Amino acid sequence: MPSFVIPSKCDGCKALDKTACQYICPNDLMVLDKDKMKAYNRDPWQCWECYNCVKICPTQAVDVRGYADFVPMGASVVPLRSTDSIMWTITFRNGSIKRFKFPTRTTPEGTAEPAGGWANKPSLDSEALFTEPESLGLSAVWTK
Amino acid sequence: MDHKDFETVEVETDLLILGGGMAACGAAVEAAFWARENGLKVTVVDKAAMDRSGAVAMGLSALNQYVGLKDGENTIHDYVNYVRNDLMGVTREDLVANIARHVDSTVHLYEKWGLPIWKDADGKYVHEGRWQLMINGESYKVVVAEAAKNAVGKENIYERVFITEPLMDGDRCIGAVGFSVRENKFYVFKARATICAMGGAVGVFKPRSTGEGSGRAWYPPFNSGASAYFTLKAGAEMTCQEVRFIPVRFKDAYGPVGAWFLLFKSRATNGLGENYMETRAPVLEQYAPYGKVKPVPANLRNYLMMLDVMEGKGPIFMRTEEAIKKIASSAGDEKAAKKKLKELETEAWEDFLDMTISQAILWAATNVSPEEKSSEIAAAEPYFIGSHSGASGAWVSGPKDLAPAEYCWGEANMTTVKGLFAAGDASGASSHKFSSGSHAEGRITGKAAIKYLVKEKPAKGKYDAGKIEALKARIYQPLKTFAENSDKTTQPDVNPNYLLPNMFQMRLQKLMDEYAGGVSAQFTTSKPLLEKGLELLKLLKEDSEKLGAESLHRLMRCWESVHRMYQAEAHVRSVLFREESRWVGAAHPVGVLQRRLSLLSQGMGLDVGEVSGSGLVPVPRRRSQDEPLVAARGLVRDGMSRPDRREWGVGPTAPASDKRRS
Ligand SMILES: Cc1cc2nc3c(=O)[nH]c(=O)nc-3n(C[C@H](O)[C@H](O)[C@H](O)COP(=O)(O)OP(=O)(O)OC[C@H]3O[C@@H](n4cnc5c(N)ncnc54)[C@H](O)[C@@H]3O)c2cc1C
Ligand code: SF4
Ligand code: SF4
Repeated sequence: MPSFVIPSKCDGCKALDKTACQYICPNDLMVLDKDKMKAYNRDPWQCWECYNCVKICPTQAVDVRGYADFVPMGASVVPLRSTDSIMWTITFRNGSIKRFKFPTRTTPEGTAEPAGGWANKPSLDSEALFTEPESLGLSAVWTK
Repeated sequence: MDHKDFETVEVETDLLILGGGMAACGAAVEAAFWARENGLKVTVVDKAAMDRSGAVAMGLSALNQYVGLKDGENTIHDYVNYVRNDLMGVTREDLVANIARHVDSTVHLYEKWGLPIWKDADGKYVHEGRWQLMINGESYKVVVAEAAKNAVGKENIYERVFITEPLMDGDRCIGAVGFSVRENKFYVFKARATICAMGGAVGVFKPRSTGEGSGRAWYPPFNSGASAYFTLKAGAEMTCQEVRFIPVRFKDAYGPVGAWFLLFKSRATNGLGENYMETRAPVLEQYAPYGKVKPVPANLRNYLMMLDVMEGKGPIFMRTEEAIKKIASSAGDEKAAKKKLKELETEAWEDFLDMTISQAILWAATNVSPEEKSSEIAAAEPYFIGSHSGASGAWVSGPKDLAPAEYCWGEANMTTVKGLFAAGDASGASSHKFSSGSHAEGRITGKAAIKYLVKEKPAKGKYDAGKIEALKARIYQPLKTFAENSDKTTQPDVNPNYLLPNMFQMRLQKLMDEYAGGVSAQFTTSKPLLEKGLELLKLLKEDSEKLGAESLHRLMRCWESVHRMYQAEAHVRSVLFREESRWVGAAHPVGVLQRRLSLLSQGMGLDVGEVSGSGLVPVPRRRSQDEPLVAARGLVRDGMSRPDRREWGVGPTAPASDKRRS
């Protein structure tokens, strides 16, 4: 069932008004069962297996079981995302394991500055966008 | 449950940006700057959370458009030539050139914002192919959204609001309405200019999967046709609605093949070990001049593959083991080869983990080691995406310095509707922008929209409170229908008084699959099939009035389905209209032959009041309910895409033919 929630690990995001998985799912699938205080994927048939709910869950309560209609059982792909990298553990059906770690960003979270430090100011009438031509690395925007 | 139970929230703004994906983030970051300079307000609305919404929600492993102007790697002409050839002439060269001249700037910004772009020992970007850069792109969307959010300011961003309809004042777009999927709130966005950037359309055709896996489209299932619907409904002239994109990907999980073909130089062979690119090379002659260009246009490559499949020569394999061995063995001695092998293995897995994790699960679940064993590839179900290798979208105004006069009636990327702009998947005939180009096009559009506001000073629109109230009632109607009828049977899924959105969507998908050339029809169709399909679409449209929803989430599903239905009809009518490419017999894949020589552009008639367009194309209006929802009447434009033109010049030679049809 694409993404699924392990009840013993999910704490309902401690009953804050918005759970992390519900906040992030681009297809609006994750919801909190308020009686049980556990999240669930309300429509696995619409799940893209994008793993955003898995990556964001603070208690690692969400996992993915490959689409049952074409994926044999027994494998798992588990991410562990930090502020600047992500580690993946891939377990094969035959038990072998692979592990990879990749960087995810080179700047501290939240610091993306819109103009990227380029401080020029072209006119509204020119073809140049607000950081151009500097951000192009050229002296002018190309025209025919 | 009545629409009156929902609070109406009015938001007044100058520029309204619809969507929060690559194009919308580009528009936001750019517009915010110019808006601040000119004392204007920018508002962004996304149906999801911008950090992870749209086609880049999962991340990506490559930036598919980088021209390399600064280092003299390529010229603008090179890029335009590449796009024209790959799309077999279906290209607005002015739009492609406009994006190409700004895209490098977007990529350099990405780097400043914190996206890790691979570099070699000399500090140069590592290319996947001529135009593609390799990235560690797990957080690509997070980084790009962050810059957009920082630019626009949290207070101007509305997330989890699903945009349903445009607001019109005569021939002008004056905003949009939508509903929150979290709260009982109905939003009325009043704007003097609007940018439509709500992505493409997935789920119009039946997916290959039969159950749980139906969410596993290659493009995301949450790209649900909102852009096409919005621009159509506003009365904008649309283009290339007959073009759909049928990607060839690893079978079932739809893992990317770009790195395999381009970076690892892998071959694909059929079940008999034959390379269809060699055995079927003579077929390419029929498609000259495009059949003869290098690289062979993707759709022709795919067509040759499909010919093998249709002859029973499948399955088709990506020869991963062969490619890896070749690269590793050319690395030098045994130790070097081993090191190289390890490197390739990591690159291959990252390619999936960054953008199609399902493929990693599938490989793990079937014990695939790419260095040992080939994997199957196959053609996916068709999608409508103007940003990738499709071309469907709104017909937009070109840049003043590049476009010929007749392609230029307003600021850049304005549709034929005043005050309504389009970018990314939403704008047509400017294929191969991908993620970076969509962002660059968003930036172009963001600046253009502010310029329109500053120069033309459009007045506030006239809002008809009665009409808005009626819209609101219509939008919430499925909740009412469900509430009033769900107790009339013992099982709420089956009820003679309403149709739930999942079944509605399946009906649409089955219809399109069988009549308009989906997977089970091996991508083929014919005039009688399309006509029958239209008949059934009309009944479906009538039944859309009976959609029922028990929650706000399902209400969104209802409207997504309606949006897809409009994209479906625009497609069917365009394919029917375009007789010259309805082929040589019905056996040809639509995806291939629809990409023929000219741009079909059409006015789509809808009952939205006074819509006149730009005068480029008469936009017929619907006179009665019996008239088609979308009328394909058009103009075949091919002046911009003459295949024989060596020297590229966006210029006054257009248009060579201007056949009006009705
Ligand atoms: C698997 C995959 C691999 C790809 N590989 C590459 C690659 O390697 N390199 C590359 O450069 N490009 C790649 N692309 C293409 C790239 O992602 C797209 O070209 C690009 O994202 C298109 O931008 P867009 O803004 O038009 O749409 P999107 O980025 O999809 O954004 C659409 C936005 O609209 C919002 N929205 C939709 N409907 C509504 C509504 N009704 N109301 C409000 N908001 C709405 C969505 O939430 C989203 O925010 C890939 C795409 C996919 C899916
Ligand atoms: S994010 Fe994790 S802990 Fe929070 S509700 Fe979702 S599954 Fe439970
Ligand atoms: S994997 Fe993605 S689509 Fe599926 S529930 Fe999680 S966030 Fe939503």
